[in-house]
Amino acid sequence: MKSAAVETFRRPDPAALAAPAAVDRLRLLALGVGGAAAVALLIGLVMQPGYFYRSYLAGWVLWAGVALGSLVLAMLHTMTRGSWGVAGRRVLEAAARTLPYVLLLAVPLAFGLQELYPWSRPEAAHDHLLQKKAAYLNPAGLGIRTLIYFALWIFLMMTLDRLSARQDRDPDPDLIARMKRIAAPGIAFWALAVTFAAVDWLMSLDPHWFSTIYGVWLMGSQGLSAIAFLILMSVWLWRRAPMDAYLRPGHFHDWGKLMFAFTMLWAYFSFSQFLIIWSGNLPEEIGWYLRRTTGGWGGLALIIVLFHFALPFLMLLSRDLKRSPRFLVYIAGLMLVMRAVDLFWQVEPGFEGRHQPGFYWMYAAAPVAIGGIWLWLFLGELKKRPLLPVNDPYLPEALAHE
Amino acid sequence: MSSTPHARPEIFGLMAEFHTAEELIEATQKVHAAGYHHVDAYTPYPIEEVSHALHLKRSKLPMIVLGGGITGGLAGYLLQYWSSVIEYPMNIGGRPFHSWPAFIVPTFEMTILFAALSAVLGMFALNGLPEPYHPAFNVPRFALASRDRYFLLIEARDPKFHADETRKLLLDLHASEVSDVAH
Repeated sequence: MKSAAVETFRRPDPAALAAPAAVDRLRLLALGVGGAAAVALLIGLVMQPGYFYRSYLAGWVLWAGVALGSLVLAMLHTMTRGSWGVAGRRVLEAAARTLPYVLLLAVPLAFGLQELYPWSRPEAAHDHLLQKKAAYLNPAGLGIRTLIYFALWIFLMMTLDRLSARQDRDPDPDLIARMKRIAAPGIAFWALAVTFAAVDWLMSLDPHWFSTIYGVWLMGSQGLSAIAFLILMSVWLWRRAPMDAYLRPGHFHDWGKLMFAFTMLWAYFSFSQFLIIWSGNLPEEIGWYLRRTTGGWGGLALIIVLFHFALPFLMLLSRDLKRSPRFLVYIAGLMLVMRAVDLFWQVEPGFEGRHQPGFYWMYAAAPVAIGGIWLWLFLGELKKRPLLPVNDPYLPEALAHE
Repeated sequence: MSSTPHARPEIFGLMAEFHTAEELIEATQKVHAAGYHHVDAYTPYPIEEVSHALHLKRSKLPMIVLGGGITGGLAGYLLQYWSSVIEYPMNIGGRPFHSWPAFIVPTFEMTILFAALSAVLGMFALNGLPEPYHPAFNVPRFALASRDRYFLLIEARDPKFHADETRKLLLDLHASEVSDVAH
């Protein structure tokens, strides 16, 4: 049965769905905080270039993950058409539109390849295994492949975004069929490119080590980062006009369920990798975990198990908590913080024998610096369109979602 | 069982028939507002508004499922601990007897199994199923509840129930027909 709310639905006026004025204040705040952290990071660059590049890589992978996860969630929604996606589509689209800037933000890393990747250092010439891998693991290859991934992702984003912008002017239902023709292969291309990117950007930090699930782990991590960011941004919008009139507990419930599912997916990939390597206990694999579980790193691993998985898992079991934006916002914030902690744990222990705990603060400064600048760019994109897809044929059902 | 005429009303209740879901939703709301609590509604397909209008108590099922899941997880872990550490310790590739990473997957599976079984069995128990006899089926037209009619049943054990006044209330709420439901 179509409920009375759907039958009497009147499409909201696009002009009344402009972003609230507070967006400009939030943009300034993001730029201020991000800029301050960036200054701290530059001081760190002068003092310890190695730590600048390591922390910058971790921070950049985090925010690239938010943008790429948003792209794939938007494509998944194009295919599946749930109410959750109609209400969150504009945030996802705006986050995906930052992808060209995300590529620009990667430029500093190009100057630190030798600080980051053992295979790019002159000593690699004396490493028989790295010589065998040099056809793939070489600086030009990394750069070209990264450009190809971004060309593909940006092409998907722009094609879908053009159709979505056209839908705002023209309520042609055929536009959705055209979006689906892009999104369906787009999801597969995204997955393939992220798999290679995981090897290039993170796994090759330890070029002797390999794990076949690492690419899938990065996919799950991107989805989790994106849904957490979507919740944070939607709660902020829900506290203000005009979205306070449209976002319902049902939307937060759905997003909470998705965050719950991504939390389990991330834990499943992380644990599968650990279980297989732990069971095999082979010299070329187990070192990666030994470096990450001995010394103080074991304690950090425990913190990740507890706060990246156990606590959010138990909290998100509750229906009431998922339906409460006021509560959900804390879990989503914790999730993004723990994504940064997880990336710290992925990156830093690999630099064995070169740790300087006095510079670990840069792993906090980098995500804040890149995140602040990214948020400033994101909010600029968010302002460009009405906050709901006014001509989406599923909008009435989506807004009646209790 | 001896029947005491004073405690047992003459009929089980009154069944009102409606032609549209909207009429049923409105009637359910009004009947609740009038103070009736032993009320149930029957529709050919699920209608969320009717559930709201009935003011059903929150289901205990999620707590039963949670309990089942925790029990399954603990039982799964302890079973493995008992068999590989206490009852039949074996050296496998030099790993410790208490190899917790290897225990996680069966523990997880047992959690899911027990939670799923608790959900199914708990659902049956809370629904009162299987129930081979229910007086509602004594109304011949009730078969339409699985086709194109909407029914509202007020039970005679409701303290507010009064054969004539309740019937009048239901007719005022646009019921197309109000029938006595025999025990």
